[in-house]
Amino acid sequence: MERKNKTTGKVVGIVANLVIVETNGPVAQNEICFIHLGQENLMAEVIKIVGIKAYVQVFESTRGLKVGTSVTFEGHLLEVTLGPGILSKNYDGLQNDLDKMKGVFLTRGEYTDPLERDSLWNFSPIAKVGDTVYAGSWLGEVMENSIPHKIMVPFKLEKKYTVRSIVQAGTYTVDTTIATIKDDEGNEIAISMVQKWPVKMPIKAYDNKPRPFKLLETGVRCIDTLNPITEGGTGFIPGPFGTGKTVLQHAISKQAEADIVIIAACGERANEVVEIFTEFPELEDPRTGRKLIERTIIIANTSNMPVAAREASVYTAMTLAEYYRSMGLKILLMADSTSRWAQALREMSNRLEELPGPDAFPMDLSAVISNFYARAGFVYLPNGTTGSITFIGTVSPAGGNLKEPVTESTRKAARCFYGLSQARADSKRYPAIDAIESYSKYLEYPEVQTYLEKNLGKEWLGQVLQAKDILLRGKEAMEQINILGDDSVPLVFHDKYWKSELIDFIILQQDAFDKIDASCPMNRQQYMLTSVLKVANTEFKFDGFEEIGGFFKSIINIYKQMNYSEFQSEKFTQYESELNTLVSNKQVNE
Amino acid sequence: MERQAFQKIYTHLTNITKATVTLEAGDVGYEEMAIVHGRLAQVVKIMGKMITLQVFSGTEGIPTDAEILFLGRPPQLKVSDELSGRFFNAYGDPIDGGPEINGEIRDIGSPSVNPVRRKQPSQLIATGIAGIDLNNSLVSGQKIPFFADPDQPYNQVMASVALRAKTDKIILGGMGLTNDDYLYFKNVFENAGALEKIISFVNTTDNPPVERLLIPDMALTAAEYFAVDKNESVLVLLTDMTLFADALSIVSNRMDQIPSKDSMPGSLYSDLARIYEKAVQFPSGGSITIIAVTTLSGGDITHAIPDNTGYITEGQLFLRRDTEIGKVIVDPFRSLSRLKQLVIGKQTREDHPQVMNAAIRLYADASNARTKMENGFDLTDYDERTLEYAKAYSEKLLAIDVNVDTETMLSISWDLFSTHFSKAEVGIKAAITEKYWKN
Repeated sequence: MERKNKTTGKVVGIVANLVIVETNGPVAQNEICFIHLGQENLMAEVIKIVGIKAYVQVFESTRGLKVGTSVTFEGHLLEVTLGPGILSKNYDGLQNDLDKMKGVFLTRGEYTDPLERDSLWNFSPIAKVGDTVYAGSWLGEVMENSIPHKIMVPFKLEKKYTVRSIVQAGTYTVDTTIATIKDDEGNEIAISMVQKWPVKMPIKAYDNKPRPFKLLETGVRCIDTLNPITEGGTGFIPGPFGTGKTVLQHAISKQAEADIVIIAACGERANEVVEIFTEFPELEDPRTGRKLIERTIIIANTSNMPVAAREASVYTAMTLAEYYRSMGLKILLMADSTSRWAQALREMSNRLEELPGPDAFPMDLSAVISNFYARAGFVYLPNGTTGSITFIGTVSPAGGNLKEPVTESTRKAARCFYGLSQARADSKRYPAIDAIESYSKYLEYPEVQTYLEKNLGKEWLGQVLQAKDILLRGKEAMEQINILGDDSVPLVFHDKYWKSELIDFIILQQDAFDKIDASCPMNRQQYMLTSVLKVANTEFKFDGFEEIGGFFKSIINIYKQMNYSEFQSEKFTQYESELNTLVSNKQVNE
Repeated sequence: MERQAFQKIYTHLTNITKATVTLEAGDVGYEEMAIVHGRLAQVVKIMGKMITLQVFSGTEGIPTDAEILFLGRPPQLKVSDELSGRFFNAYGDPIDGGPEINGEIRDIGSPSVNPVRRKQPSQLIATGIAGIDLNNSLVSGQKIPFFADPDQPYNQVMASVALRAKTDKIILGGMGLTNDDYLYFKNVFENAGALEKIISFVNTTDNPPVERLLIPDMALTAAEYFAVDKNESVLVLLTDMTLFADALSIVSNRMDQIPSKDSMPGSLYSDLARIYEKAVQFPSGGSITIIAVTTLSGGDITHAIPDNTGYITEGQLFLRRDTEIGKVIVDPFRSLSRLKQLVIGKQTREDHPQVMNAAIRLYADASNARTKMENGFDLTDYDERTLEYAKAYSEKLLAIDVNVDTETMLSISWDLFSTHFSKAEVGIKAAITEKYWKN
């Protein structure tokens, strides 16, 4: 799409951030242009073309814009800049470095460099002169925080090349030519550490994308134990407001076993992003002992920032994830919330006066969402290593109704469903994931089952399914008790109900604000589930339903103290033996 | 009014709807202000030479040959210390009979704060109401609405929260206030002797509804002046945001936009977020805290207005009449302050989080027991005790007429726990129970 002469144009219409431009040359769908308003250049993206009129969505406020203002088309799509120095940055949806912006308020038309051009990087070559390379091949690496950042052949180069030269190990700036490569026709190309890529195109520098099979530990029992997500898997968290979506997302991003965590705060509250800015530089990564911020990238396009950039922000985040995946890394991408992105699409579709689909969302909403989720995944790279993007998006269903278009469309695309329930949140049972309604399709994958069997033992899957059964039976028992009354049902109903409460309180509920309980490693999860199931499988002798309630409440209380204690510590074992005594006293002896 | 020499005056309107007029004109900026037939208007759409203006006070009586004068600027407010103690209309003109304000002219609806320049809110705002301080603590820089039915005393509660909270300035943005409510606020503020720290922007039900659209931006421009230029802590009260949203839907309807859920414009979320996200804690010490009111119809929070609001604000407060004690309480189940984690147990006593959770859980048990009782089932001893507890909890803590400090609230909670329950039933971490349990 590179053109010799830039196409220009003039503004002829303005409705909020939709601007109509009369052009004098060729323009491409999704091409970027700048509107020259006084000293300010407002960035915009072409979203529709009718004759010589280009409809563009402006990434800024259009206040004061007049008809006749000149416009220049840039000849490329919305791109991100890729290179070392992206980690621990705070970007807006268009990859502007927020820390470089002057002033307390965001200034219209201010665009900042996403990379540090003056920083020196310690480069060591991987490829040798004479090697055959393709887009995405590793030429060398630099250490970015503690992550080996691969310098790759730019993804835009589509042919086969031979390495002509490569610099020696040493320190270089990102713009230094570190290698030259040559195609079959003899054209030489100089390669620096920086490349650009259009955000709406997936980076496909991998050999194949198998079904994901490895468990990704998140430290959240309700997910890892009952509905696990895989490396390269997709999941979504829908929930009405106030059910703890964001707390859950933050917990996952702090604890998950990933090399890099990318958080796209898409149209959500600014104070939540500030919480990440404040906490992550302080918090330690339990796996590496380094600060969490070192492996984190934040894309902040909060709800009061321009709406078109909100749509771009999720793509920016995904492209950065794909870039790092091509280096053979494990990426966790979180987007909060994809509903805001969908709403941005709706606002635009509305201004374009398109015929609306359900709830005034655009007709292609479902396809847009599916395409986006499909960019996640576990991949084998050409050099035999693997990389993955695990994507978890939150959905904010309008009115808490899970039948609304965004939730429905996402359900078709994502493989794990973590439904947050208002009733659980109301009774402060956090995380409020409804374990009965939620699912992980991965539990049905034979390759995942094999993986679980190998790593957690033959019994594990059976135990998980049993826990789910107990929860379901408990719910049924409770419904019966509510209809018939405490003393009109057989004692066994109370027994069933309380056994499910035991699993609810000890496995499902987790205190995200307690130092110890907040993150539960897999071996501890396995220990606790085994222990709780043992009690649930024990036959007890009770005289009345009141005794059952009392007994289980004291058991639950002791188990909770165990959850709050250091695993296998003196206190922990002390509670455990207290528990064993209590259980054996009430147990039916055979 | 603001007529200047050599300015072009247009005299031909081609279209007139109930809220907008359209004319042919050139060199007009988007969102620019204009005077149409003596009334203020703003550019909302430009299509070639056709300019559509939204007329704030409505188009009744505007003729096709009306005079139209473009002002070449967006809506503005004059800011200075002189704002204190004054009452203004939606255009920022005094309505209290006092003199005009001298000050710096600022555009309203300014850009957003760069998120990396914000500070994490960390200052507790105590109100003395346990339903708020104990269960849903407010923090400076927070935005939180009351979700209330029109018959509930939300304006009264808001007024007393405002007066008890220790802030430097209180800015009232009244949208569609009845004249009675306007006078109520005026009286309360005057009687409290706090008038010099209060600024009010008021659109009453006597004024045209579209004017309301300017109120939040006016109030927040004044708030930003005091928070940024003067480093003051500012509390902004916005009532009633439902009427603001209704005005948005009127305009979008007149502009033939396709409505989304509940006839609201598709941009409702962004429109509301632009206002609420002005709540901020600056590193320099200044802050803007927003307490709003969103009235519900029949308690329905799934309606687009409260629903979108809930996703934007940091929690919500529900008022409910507790018939057991005959008082209005802050509903502990449905109310939530998302920022409370930043202060409870940190600026308040260490046992605060656990006490809060246990107290609410036991209150939930009581409501289950009540359902059982209503369905005619026998109650267990535990059920009976929860019911007694619930009544005392409601009376001594949840009622909105409670006015004590947080330490006392915690002490009352422990009293209630030990009176009605065993340690195991309360289920708080052993270390804390041992320290605070009352024998």
